[in-house]
Parts: sequence; structure tokens; C-alpha cells
Amino acid sequence: MPPVVEVRDLVKHYPGGCAVDGVSFAIEEGQCFGLLGPNGAGKTTTVEMMEGVTKQTSGEVLYRGEPLGARFRDEAGIQFQKTALQDFLTVRETLRLFSRLYPRRREVDDLIRTCALEQVADRDNRKLSGGQTQRLLLAIALANDPQVLFLDEPTTGLDPQARHNFWDLIRSIKAERRTVLLTTHYMEEAYFLCDVIAIMDRGRIIAEGSPSQLLKEHFDDVVLELPREDFPGEPADFPLAVLVASGRVEISTPDVEGALRALLERGVSLKHLRIRPRNLEDLFLELTGRELRA
Amino acid sequence: MIVRRLLAVWYARNLEFLRDRSTLVFNFLFPLALVIAFAVIFGGQPRALFKVDVIAPADAELNGTIHRFLDTRYVDFVRIEASAIDETVRKVERHQVDLLLDLRAAPRYWINEDSPKGYLAEKLLLESTGGDASRQPVSGAAVRYVDWLLPGVLGMNMMFSCLFGVGYVVVRYRKSGFLRRLSATPVTAFEFGAAQVLSRLMLTISVTAMIYGALALFVPFRNEGSVLLLLVIAITGAFSMIAFGFMMAARIASEELANGAINLASWPMMLLSGVWFPLEGAPAWLQQLAKALPLTQMLDAARAVMLDGAGLANVLPQLGWLVAMTVLFLGIAAAGFRWRAD
Repeated sequence: MPPVVEVRDLVKHYPGGCAVDGVSFAIEEGQCFGLLGPNGAGKTTTVEMMEGVTKQTSGEVLYRGEPLGARFRDEAGIQFQKTALQDFLTVRETLRLFSRLYPRRREVDDLIRTCALEQVADRDNRKLSGGQTQRLLLAIALANDPQVLFLDEPTTGLDPQARHNFWDLIRSIKAERRTVLLTTHYMEEAYFLCDVIAIMDRGRIIAEGSPSQLLKEHFDDVVLELPREDFPGEPADFPLAVLVASGRVEISTPDVEGALRALLERGVSLKHLRIRPRNLEDLFLELTGRELRA
Repeated sequence: MIVRRLLAVWYARNLEFLRDRSTLVFNFLFPLALVIAFAVIFGGQPRALFKVDVIAPADAELNGTIHRFLDTRYVDFVRIEASAIDETVRKVERHQVDLLLDLRAAPRYWINEDSPKGYLAEKLLLESTGGDASRQPVSGAAVRYVDWLLPGVLGMNMMFSCLFGVGYVVVRYRKSGFLRRLSATPVTAFEFGAAQVLSRLMLTISVTAMIYGALALFVPFRNEGSVLLLLVIAITGAFSMIAFGFMMAARIASEELANGAINLASWPMMLLSGVWFPLEGAPAWLQQLAKALPLTQMLDAARAVMLDGAGLANVLPQLGWLVAMTVLFLGIAAAGFRWRAD
């Protein structure tokens, strides 16, 4: 059986630049696929070519082995990064408008319940908070009971609580075995939601795999973090690799016991010591040498 | 499925229009205020011209050598073609022309026995000739300027409503990205366009009908023809102007540009289509150009019905032209339609 969505050698040139420079990957049935990268990496352009709203310069996008067509538009649910809705309509009316455009659809009340919009169902959609707007856009994307769901940076700009609520929603959608493509620049989000991730930078994919597999491949160490004031003397004098960043000292090592011994020998207080595994943020820095949220 | 999608977009657009109070109020108040103002200013006054139309042999100058009456001062003598004789007789009936004089053979003249100015003009004619001309009496009430103006103002209001109501809204949808969102659904450009056209058509016709009804109650005006036929003319004309607005908005992505382009199209239409004054004195080429505009055709047909009681057969050429323009505009719009702003 062909993958739900597959892209092959996708390229997008703009006058004055290249946004996507030869990207290939496939998303299998029921998978949550995360496309990660900093702003300007080419994530949105890639997703829009997959959705059929932006024309690629070259390369192919296949839905269940076929080029995009009427079947794709009927079966795909799409949440754009930014979408203006029609003015003067309530949440319920907006959902009714979109659900009537599809041959297969979910009941409006069901969408409102699923996306926790009961409180604002009769409110003008211009008067929603950031989190409510994102939940409405998700409800619109679910209006046709989609086989595959595209979510382009759905939590950008949300406060932590709204973001966690949104993650719970996505997990319940995943539990229905829907195929999801998610783009984000939050590594935590990708780690929390995605089965497979692809990291994009400057229009190319620089790593692909499950989050844990990627971390295992690239790292065999952990990070010891200390406040800078607890660490006496010059970091350069310390026998292990030390990174000083924003008031913190980070020591990366595969040998935790050895590092702790070395710290105790120097009389360093371990009261505020934190030991954490490597995360996707570290991986991104390792691969690109660039700050992720730049 | 097509009908359901079309109706969904149509319904949503109607809700948006009806809830946008400021625009809604403007749509009703503007034309109403205009017509009432004109009724107050021009009410009861016949047109202020003392005018005699003359049919003369082509090689003759309009002066006393062919008829002594033509030497009379303070009378506006206008030469007309012999083919326009029926039309001019109707103008005499409506008090738009005070006297018609035919000098091709034995002099004949047409006079409206209900017109005070016609009475005076006849006195002058008889004074100068001693009664050598044969009299052709006609009768009919004066056409007040407000009767002539009313179809023009209603038509102008429809034009603005059609051009801006569709053109501007489509451009706003495109700029905001709402169109792009729709492009990711199964909706086609045809369905989207048809929904916008139908929504605006319905709103424009209802508004116009309501204003027509209100005026009929408060400012009695002349309508010699069938109201149903007027409705047919209004729908055909509005359809054509909406299609024109849709064509202008097919590609534009900036509201400022749309505003400029629609204004650029609507002002010449307003001036050339005879909303405020007839174009009879204008150069022939300009009149021909004006004839091509949908608003001109709609007003010609509406005035023929309201002032002369014309029937369907009389206005078929205008209706046919409007339909042809609609097809042309929609074809161009469909071929050039863009969903995205960039």
C-alpha cells in the first residue's frame, strides 16, 4: 500500500531565492509526522505545496500514490498558519459554512465539543482569544472528518496553558488513528506528539527518524547543569567540555560519576545541580550550529 | 453538491452583509436621501428650457430665409433629423419640447394643448407667419425632472452597490487570505463567484425595490409601464454590473488598488450613462461609447418603460445587450480568477 502522503524531490524557487531545495519523505497511515526547523527553514512552503495551495517549481506530491486531485481536497483537513475568516460570523456559523463544502462531514455540534468551543460557539469569530482561534481553525480542519490532517505551527503564539490544551486535543485526534503532519519550531511539542520527525534547515532535511532514535544516534552523553555562581574558577581549567550559557554552566559527558567526582574534588556545591538527557534542541544546535528560535 | 456548496457560501455572505450595520444603513439611506432631495428641489417644475425642434431640408440654414418664425429671438431652435420625428412628438407630449416644426413641405407643427409654454410658442409662430402652417395638436402631462431622474438615481445606486459590493469584498477576501483558505476546500471558482453574484443580486434588487416602494408612497412619480418588466430590467442590469465588478476584482489583491479601479470605472459610467442629464447634445462618438455601458442600457430601458410605457418587445435590444455583456464579463473573470494574494 502506498504511503498516505509522499513528496519526492520537492523544489520551490522564489524570485530571489530558494525556499525548498529538494525535499523527499513519506508519511504512513496513522503516523504523526513532525516537520521541524527554525523560522524561514522552508516548513510552511513545503506544507503548502503538499496541500496543493502553492505550486512547486519541480518535484512531486502524491496522495495515496496519486497526484493531488478532487479526492485529496475532499479527504484532507488543513489548518493554515494564518487564516482570516469571514467577518460577522459566529464560531458555529463558520463551522457550518466549512462543513457544507464537503461530501463527508462531521456534525457541527460534534466539532464544537471535540475542540472545546462550547463556551464561544455563538461568539463572533473575530472576538476569540489566541487559543480559541487556534481551536476553531482546528475544528475547521476537522470539518470533513479528514483522513489526513495538516497543522502548520498550530501553537505558535499561544501561552503555555493553551499550548498544553492544544496538545491534549491533538493526542485525542491521533488516538483515532488519523494521519497527521505537524510543523513546529517547538522541539518539546514535536517530542510530545510526533512518531517521526524531519528536521529542516535552509530548505533541506538534515535529519529524519523517531525522536528517541535520533537522539540515540547523535548523543551518548547527558548534560549536567549548574548555576554559574556555584562553579568556581575558569571553566577552561576543568578537565571536561564546559559550555557557559546565560548564567548557566553545562557539562556534557557520557561519564556522570566521573564528572561528579571532579566537581566534588573542586568543592563545588551540588545543591542546584540538574542532570538532563539530551533533547531535540541540543540535536538541532549540534546539526546546524544555529539557535533554533532565531 | 455544487448547489450545496454554492448555497453555503451564499448564505454566509448574506449574514455578513446583514450584520455589517454601517454598510447596510448606507445602502438604504444614500439613494433615499438623494431622491428626496431632488424631489424637494425640482418637485413640480417642468424642465426650464424654451425649446423648438425643427425639421428642415438638409441644405437650408435655420434662419428667416426658410421661415420667418426662425428669426424670433429668445427661442432655442434645434435642428433634428426627419427620422426622429416620432420620438420628438413624444417629447412634445411630455413637455420636453415646446413645439415641433416640420418645414420639409407645407409647414406643419405639433403643439401640446396642455402646455403653457407650448401655448406661448404657438402664439409666436402664428404672429410671424399669419397662420400658414397646419396644426397637429397632441396632449400629455409634463415629465418633471424628478420623474426623469428617479430611474437614474436608482440605477446609479445599483451600480455602486454592484461594483463595490462584489468587487471590493472579493478583493478583501483575497487580501485577508480567506480565499486561500477556501481554495484548500472543494469549492470551485465558479461556485464561489456564483454565490457572490447571487447574494449581491438579491440584496441590490431588494434594496432597490424597497426604495421604489417607499418613494411611491411619499413622492408620487410617474410610471407608465409594467412594474414586473421594470423588475426584469433591474435584475438583468444588476447582473451585468455585478459581473463587471467581479471581472475587475478577479486578480487584484490590494484594497486601495481595487478602490481606485472601481472608482475609475464607475465615475465615467455615472456621467456618461445619463443619470443626471440626457446626452443628446454630446458628440456622436461619445454617445456611441455611452451606449456600450451596461448602466446606459439599463437606464434607457427603465426610462422607456416608466416614461413612455414601453413593453417587453420595445426593450429587448437593451436586455439582449446586457445579457451579452454579462456573459463577456463573467468569461473574462473566470479565466483570470486568482485565489491567492501573492
